[in-house]
Amino acid sequence: MVFRALVFARAVAFAALLAGIAQPAFADARSDAKAQVDFGIKVAQNGLWKEATYRWQKAAEIDPTYAAAWNNLGIGYEHEGKFEDARKAYEKAVALDPKNILIRQNYDLFKEINDRAKRRNDR
Amino acid sequence: MTARSAATIASVVLLAAVSGCTNFFEVPIETPLSAKMDVSAFRRVLVAGFISGGTDDVDANLETVRLLRSQLRSKSQLRVIEADVLPLAELAADKAKGTPASTTENGTVPRVAADVQAPGPTVPPPVAQLPEAKIRNAKDLEKYQSIFADVAFWKKVGEEYENPLIVTGTLLFTAQQTAGFVTRNVESVDNLGRRTVIPQRLYMERKGFALTPKFIFIDGRTGVVLHTESMHMERLYSSQQNTPALSSYFELMDEVIPTFLGTLSTQKIRGTRVLLR
Repeated sequence: MVFRALVFARAVAFAALLAGIAQPAFADARSDAKAQVDFGIKVAQNGLWKEATYRWQKAAEIDPTYAAAWNNLGIGYEHEGKFEDARKAYEKAVALDPKNILIRQNYDLFKEINDRAKRRNDR
Repeated sequence: MTARSAATIASVVLLAAVSGCTNFFEVPIETPLSAKMDVSAFRRVLVAGFISGGTDDVDANLETVRLLRSQLRSKSQLRVIEADVLPLAELAADKAKGTPASTTENGTVPRVAADVQAPGPTVPPPVAQLPEAKIRNAKDLEKYQSIFADVAFWKKVGEEYENPLIVTGTLLFTAQQTAGFVTRNVESVDNLGRRTVIPQRLYMERKGFALTPKFIFIDGRTGVVLHTESMHMERLYSSQQNTPALSSYFELMDEVIPTFLGTLSTQKIRGTRVLLR
């Protein structure tokens, strides 16, 4: 009985240790990615879209679960006329945060233009 | 104490909400729609002329050449060649009769004098105003289409102007008259001053014009057709309204021009997107 309790306590302690290690690592990745995203926003607001897109690419690499980074990356690609890359980035953002209305709105606006471009080329 | 705590909590919530709002930034963006054609191989463009038909009220050939040249001058990277307009209908008719279209007495391509300068390298004396062949509908136009496949003719035109991109094609500008039900929004204001808009179906007689341009882009180096762009636009007015053919032509061309320019140069669509943190 005592042995069982000891094993359980050890398991709990190990789990807590794992959680303790994993949590800061995850938080670090997110905060690093967030720093890249913030910098990207600043430079995009000053018209430096190439640099901004590069920053958002970095952010998405650092934290692939960061929906905002993918959303911004979609916008950056769209601004550069890279429609296929933009579509993939927006889809990733929507998949990560399906309830985000702003991401959905960006994606819908993009789709409208993308469809128009396709129609033009098909004609 | 409780009220103070509540106020503190409320202000914290408000602050959180405000800081939450700054998590997104609306930015203007310009999405480029790339040109349908790769014109990087050309530095110059020659709007050679069109085979036009339909109403006699507008010389669609000359007007279109003039309009496209001015648009290309201001909205494309290509240098626009100012030259006399080719009498394509006549040349095509000659070709149909068996006379080679690409020959004149001095071996150059004949032209119709236009109100444009003609600094071309070998400018022949312009052929006197050629009588316009009567082209009234699409079926009439069909007979002239073969000239666009005459590679030797277009290669010769290209050689004369140092191998530019050649813009040519057909234009049909016809009067239209229709009668039928039209849905119109009728505005009314009630006693309380409230404005309401109600859609109403009205029987109307309408008249106007239709424009059917077909732009053909030819490689001046080879005489080969690179791209064709066909459109059809209509503009109808109330039968009481007296709209001159020329103003209707320009209204229709306003709709045609963006598509035409989009073939040769990148277009930018302005919009806004929301960046997130």
